[in-house]
Amino acid sequence: MKALRKSLSGKAAIVGVAESDKIGKVPEISPLGHHAQAAHNALQDAGLNISDVDGLFTAGYSTYDLGEYLGIEPNYTDSTIVGGSSFVIHLAHALAAINAGYCEVALITHGQSGRSDRARNRSGGGMPADQYTSPYGIMGPPINYAMAARKYMEMYGEDRTRQALAEIAVSTRKWANMNEKAYFYDKPMTFDDYHDSRWISWPFHLLDCCLVTDAGAAIVVTSIEKAKDTKKGPIKILGAGEGHDHGSIISQMPDLTRTYGRKTGPRALEMAGLDYKDIDLAMIYDSFTYTVLATLESLGFCGPGEGPDFIANQVTAPGGTFPLNTNGGGLSYTHPGMYGIFTVIEAVRQLRGETGKRQLDKCDIALAHGTGGLLSSTGTVLLTSN
Amino acid sequence: MSDKIKPIPQPESDKYWEAANEKKLVIQKFGDHLQFYPRAVSTKDGSRDVEWIEASGKAKLYTFTIVHAAPHPSFVEEVPYIAAIVTLEEGVNMPTRIIGIAPEPENLQIGMDLVVDFIDADGQNLPVFKPA
Repeated sequence: MKALRKSLSGKAAIVGVAESDKIGKVPEISPLGHHAQAAHNALQDAGLNISDVDGLFTAGYSTYDLGEYLGIEPNYTDSTIVGGSSFVIHLAHALAAINAGYCEVALITHGQSGRSDRARNRSGGGMPADQYTSPYGIMGPPINYAMAARKYMEMYGEDRTRQALAEIAVSTRKWANMNEKAYFYDKPMTFDDYHDSRWISWPFHLLDCCLVTDAGAAIVVTSIEKAKDTKKGPIKILGAGEGHDHGSIISQMPDLTRTYGRKTGPRALEMAGLDYKDIDLAMIYDSFTYTVLATLESLGFCGPGEGPDFIANQVTAPGGTFPLNTNGGGLSYTHPGMYGIFTVIEAVRQLRGETGKRQLDKCDIALAHGTGGLLSSTGTVLLTSN
Repeated sequence: MSDKIKPIPQPESDKYWEAANEKKLVIQKFGDHLQFYPRAVSTKDGSRDVEWIEASGKAKLYTFTIVHAAPHPSFVEEVPYIAAIVTLEEGVNMPTRIIGIAPEPENLQIGMDLVVDFIDADGQNLPVFKPA
């Protein structure tokens, strides 16, 4: 099994990435409209056409609705939905499907209008979480993630945890201030701004929480052979890991301070034959500042409880020794609901050298990592331009 | 009448919610395996051989948050409130609300002793916890 997985390392590549035409506040198009714009933009980035697509992947909608909207009749269809990590996980599924001969050009799309969708409503009636959490007012990510963060504080110290959360919020904003597409491009943030922001769900300030925006994104994946003929060439998928250890009731999480990244990070690295020190860029889903702290430790960049020291003194900011979330993240760039796909898009752009003034001096290997649900699911990929 | 969010029981959880209306907190037992929340099978081995036991009602605070931004219109008048996970004496964790204590971080210590109580949500009791 392991040998078979390892044999797939580098055997498919990302050849196109894009957002929808406009992201942020976009009431004039629907979520599926974001999917469609992003799909065409990503295919254009690859130098391919919609008629080339024979594998279709999305989360949140069924791929049959997406296929109808786009006019695609795929040979391979995958609507895996495990929250915001889904799109990172689709990359691994595309790698496998392409190498098993099910499809050759895989299109992964995302689109949500967290800010403007006319059809937002309470959903999930009848699911376990609806019975055991909603009646208590335990609903939505902030409350659940805040309980996990409070547990971390108890285990590893309140003051140093608070400082770590502030470091992440501030450094991520610095990157957003270098990304013209970022929601907070024009808005710097100081440590005082962080500490002075209002409580959402103690211990979370407003500035511990991600944005709620409208946006779409898409990725095109193909075989190594076909990738050579594309416009921008291949960004190879070297390793991947996926999984989950609980669902929508966070009391069922085995350890609130350890995400499933503890499995998917090492699995992805093993498949790629890489070590942490080989990684030039970490793109870590930042639904909350705490998500980053727990994820860095879970993936294995540092040990349990060592995160606050690992990221101290703005090493994750522009010019720092551990560049993190260089697009400005879900915290300050965009976060429509299931953000994971954007970690991959920024990783690809950094690997290609397309990110302008925020471009890293050296970026040969990048890690992109999605988290979905209530710290429930994770997907990790390792990508390279080599 | 406020628009409280009432639990919608599933067949596997009818007993849990009926017991709550009698001010009892019950959990499932399959052999030596206890589980929250009620399911059709044991998460340990798939057993259907379920017993329901009444929990002692004693618990310890596992973690909590103080909710300031209401997540739904029906909670606007309740904020700030304490959402929590507690560990029952029997060893399982469950999400709940902490009552009987002002919603300030310094009033709450992880590990503090709690005891079950029940509040009404439009005719359905919810198990909640208060300081022992």
